[in-house]
Amino acid sequence: MLLKLKLNGQARELAVEPYRSLLDVLRNEAGLTGTKKGCDVGDCGACTVLVDGKPVNSCLMLGVEARGCEVLTIEGLGAPGRLHALQESFVQHGGAQCGFCTPGMVMMAKALLDENPRPTEDEVRFAIAGNICRCTGYTKIVEAILHASDRNQR
Amino acid sequence: MKRFEYFEPATLAEAAGLMHAANAQVLAGGTDLLVEIKEQLRRVERVVNIKRIPEIGGLSYDAREGLRIGALVTAREIEVSPVVQEKYASLAQSARELGSIQVRNRATIVGNVCRASPSADTLPPLIADGAQVRIFGERGERVVALEEFFTGPGRTVLGPGELVTEILVPPPAPRTGKVYIKHGRRKAMELATVGVAVSMTLSRDVRIVLGAVAPTPIRARQAEGLLQGMKLTSELIAKAAEAAEAESRPISNVRASAGYRRDMVRVLTRRALAQAVKCC
Repeated sequence: MLLKLKLNGQARELAVEPYRSLLDVLRNEAGLTGTKKGCDVGDCGACTVLVDGKPVNSCLMLGVEARGCEVLTIEGLGAPGRLHALQESFVQHGGAQCGFCTPGMVMMAKALLDENPRPTEDEVRFAIAGNICRCTGYTKIVEAILHASDRNQR
Repeated sequence: MKRFEYFEPATLAEAAGLMHAANAQVLAGGTDLLVEIKEQLRRVERVVNIKRIPEIGGLSYDAREGLRIGALVTAREIEVSPVVQEKYASLAQSARELGSIQVRNRATIVGNVCRASPSADTLPPLIADGAQVRIFGERGERVVALEEFFTGPGRTVLGPGELVTEILVPPPAPRTGKVYIKHGRRKAMELATVGVAVSMTLSRDVRIVLGAVAPTPIRARQAEGLLQGMKLTSELIAKAAEAAEAESRPISNVRASAGYRRDMVRVLTRRALAQAVKCC
């Protein structure tokens, strides 16, 4: 099937099988490997992307379901040399160790700050409950998100 | 993922027709279905995506008719809806405790109902609130009380080609308290070990629904009977909680033993009743 969508701001047309997850379509058909495949069953959050502004597990969605949607992945957020405030903050606060959960964490944090620009620590922890990190113990990730939200205010 | 045929019907009639094939499954949120396909827990040869059917309504509230939850309304929509938070507090709470925000942005309430898991979070509050489901079939429509909808774990009264199009929840009477308490081993991303929902209209009506302690969610009718029309003292609440414990029929599994679940039914029923009284 032909999948037409807006991917990181650009109109794209991809030929996809209906039994491919959006995650596989992003990584294989679209060649965007920033979105990670962890558990592939919706438990870990590493594959989080924004579909029409809403965070979803791209492993739990068929690629064809994104027809006509706007999909934002980590590649659409920033790039080396022009990092998004959240990416900058994760770097500064040591919010990444092995880095595997980071794209999903950053996308979830982006969704949170879009909806609630000044979250409390509890609200940050509630928002990232579906994103598993096995390295950091979450403290530095939470700090990075809170710091980025402060910067949003200035 | 294993190969399957994929359809996007434009009408309910078309969707119902497509569901007659062997191993056909409805795709709405997909958060259970895709996992079952990937882990080969379910043999699926045809997927019928109902998301492009304009006849399926969204979320709406009317003071006389109550709440309508269309088949594509997500758990997240229920969680953040001001009218649901105000008038259906236990339902909003149960939605908030289902999976993660990412899952809730996809998972539908009707899907949670049709999946008929004994531990599904949204079922006890919906049953306690007297919800009904509207079912589309090729020979016509029917409306079934949610309490009568489940026949066992993963089993419902739905026949071949029948689809749930919406859930109807009556408006709350004045002075109604609604509470859902979920018990799990951790705060987030958890399946309920025990779930207890109470809907109570002061000195008139009380419904107690238990989740994850029987093959389907169950009303604790003996416990309800003890409370009907009575002044709710802490002694009476404790008695009702013991009755609810006696009515539960839990199994032991990886999440908890049957004995522990029975104990928690008593404790949580007591707490839920005490909280609901205060909300009335």
